[in-house]
Amino acid sequence: MSEATFRNGDAERTSNAGRFASKTVIYLLLIAWAIVCLFPIYWTITTSFKTAANVMKGSLIPWWDYTPAWLGWRSLGLSPETIGAESTVRDEFMKRFFNSAITAISSSSIAVVLGSLAAYGLSRFSYKFGFMRNSDISFFFLSQLILPPVVLALPFLVLYKQLALLDTRIGLILLYTLTVLPIVIWIMRDQFQSIPTELEEAALVDGLSIWGAFFQIILPIALPGMVAAFILSLVLTWNEYFFAALLTSTHANTLPVMVASQTGSQGISWWSMAALSFAAILPLIVIGILLERYLIKGMTAGAVK
Amino acid sequence: MSQGDLLHVVTADDISDRRRFFGRAIVWGSALVVALVAALQTAQHLGYADFGFRTWRPVLYAYILWAACLCWSQVLIRGEHGKRTLFVLPAALFVVSLTVFPLLFGLVIAFSNWNLSSPLGRQFNGLDNVRQMWADPFYWNAMRNMVWYCLAILVEYAVAFGLALLLNAEIRARKFFRVAFLLPLMLSPVAVSWMIGKSMLEVRFGPVARFARWLGWDNPSFFGSPEIAKFTIMLLDAWTFIPFMMIMILAGLQAIPKELTEAAKVDGAGPWKSFWEITFPLMLPVSITAILIRIIFKLKLADIVINLTAGGPGGATDTVTSFIFREYRDRSNVGYGTLLAMVYLVIIIIAMTILMKLADRFARPRT
Repeated sequence: MSEATFRNGDAERTSNAGRFASKTVIYLLLIAWAIVCLFPIYWTITTSFKTAANVMKGSLIPWWDYTPAWLGWRSLGLSPETIGAESTVRDEFMKRFFNSAITAISSSSIAVVLGSLAAYGLSRFSYKFGFMRNSDISFFFLSQLILPPVVLALPFLVLYKQLALLDTRIGLILLYTLTVLPIVIWIMRDQFQSIPTELEEAALVDGLSIWGAFFQIILPIALPGMVAAFILSLVLTWNEYFFAALLTSTHANTLPVMVASQTGSQGISWWSMAALSFAAILPLIVIGILLERYLIKGMTAGAVK
Repeated sequence: MSQGDLLHVVTADDISDRRRFFGRAIVWGSALVVALVAALQTAQHLGYADFGFRTWRPVLYAYILWAACLCWSQVLIRGEHGKRTLFVLPAALFVVSLTVFPLLFGLVIAFSNWNLSSPLGRQFNGLDNVRQMWADPFYWNAMRNMVWYCLAILVEYAVAFGLALLLNAEIRARKFFRVAFLLPLMLSPVAVSWMIGKSMLEVRFGPVARFARWLGWDNPSFFGSPEIAKFTIMLLDAWTFIPFMMIMILAGLQAIPKELTEAAKVDGAGPWKSFWEITFPLMLPVSITAILIRIIFKLKLADIVINLTAGGPGGATDTVTSFIFREYRDRSNVGYGTLLAMVYLVIIIIAMTILMKLADRFARPRT
């Protein structure tokens, strides 16, 4: 009896030590990867406040091994001294910023509207378009995912030239909507399949039409999924570079194109590049921190059944 | 696929013949408008007459009108059934007109010599582009690179799985770590290629170069030799996309019932054994989905390469997309680039079909 107690205690002690060790390893690994993830962002923020000498010395910590200066932000016209004054650079930056915002938000909205309707229809009714039944239609939509953008890029370039849609925001919006539509349908189909049909049946009995039931009963329930799809689309369209670089030149340039075009200029001014990059990624960092829940929901849709 | 509607709707439509006729009339009428405008436009394009159309926009507007009429007519002709069709029809029309039509058009371009900056316009040149492609070492080199890039996904998967396991452990501040791990996915690849690729990997004063020197690598250069450059691009791409796989795997891990792992513990299985015998097999379907989606995204990889190395040194980091992009930028010949892209698409479709079939067979017996 006493021997058993003793052995038990011993085992517990070693397992406690083992648990402590494994906890330490887990936290060390977690912190190490967090540094890998966050350091580039930290580096960008700090570099935007550096001067040439600080950059060359490789200073890391503000106020400790260098004094922050507004150099980078002044070159964008966004530092405290320049913010009130007229600035062509800032106008340029704001124009690109709004181009990015408008294209990203409108294409995501259109994709969410079209995609939700299609996903709802496919999850509730059976269709027959020619030889295509529901599963074929779903596959048709989702198969757009494997279509690499480069295949569409050059035909679109020529078509847009003929249609005078080259270098316009509408042209970009159409293409971006197309690229995120399959993802939206994927997420929304998963969302609608998890809503029981009894809800609509009750609504139909109460005298609502199909569309009325959809708008009044189903949409409010499916809203989190729609937000998730919208945010995921927003991330993808805000960051898109390839189409924007090919199809825009002066009017409809988005922020990534502006960032990319700066790198080639003679003698990189690190601080202004850092400020520009940081301004370009800031909106998504904010979204990522505030709406992380929805993003995760969007990415895991359909992954776990 | 189950037949019949999931949602049963009893409908009593009585649609008058006039309404039906009106529905058909607007579809055919608007189609006629499209045809008419297109014919006029073609006439002007070929130089027969001048109607003052400077661009093909009128055809586009006519087409949009036709699409709207088609949607409306569904309701007119088929009543309640038409209203159901209206859920899917707009999205279907949108996708068809934006992919199928450009793809067909692309097939025409692919077999022609078309320099956008030359006044000659499009010239059909038969199989010349195919011959050129066959002899183009850079294109096949880019294809080989894509295979390497895709193989790197296995390593990314292992790392992502490890991170997901860490996040699934009993830890404090889980929310903080999850957000921190997720952030790289949010950043624009172009900004990343500047922030990390150009700035942090700067040979003289970049922090990573300093770190490498401190570790004993005398002359760190991250884009000097072909192998290292390719490896660096892989790392950068992995950095942005590991969170994506991690989140999917984490969701899978959280869906595993706790009783299973606890039962294994009671039966005396160590953590190593219980991972390989229980967790990993259960995670197989999620893993395969994650890897397949990741491959799809990897095949589109271009922006980092375009901005960082422009394919160099000597095409070592080229992806197919970045190669075609440069091919167009340098020579502004759309014909050849389109053919390359079409061949790429065919190869992707074949490869993905095989992969999906394999994945299906691989995952099924265990689930």
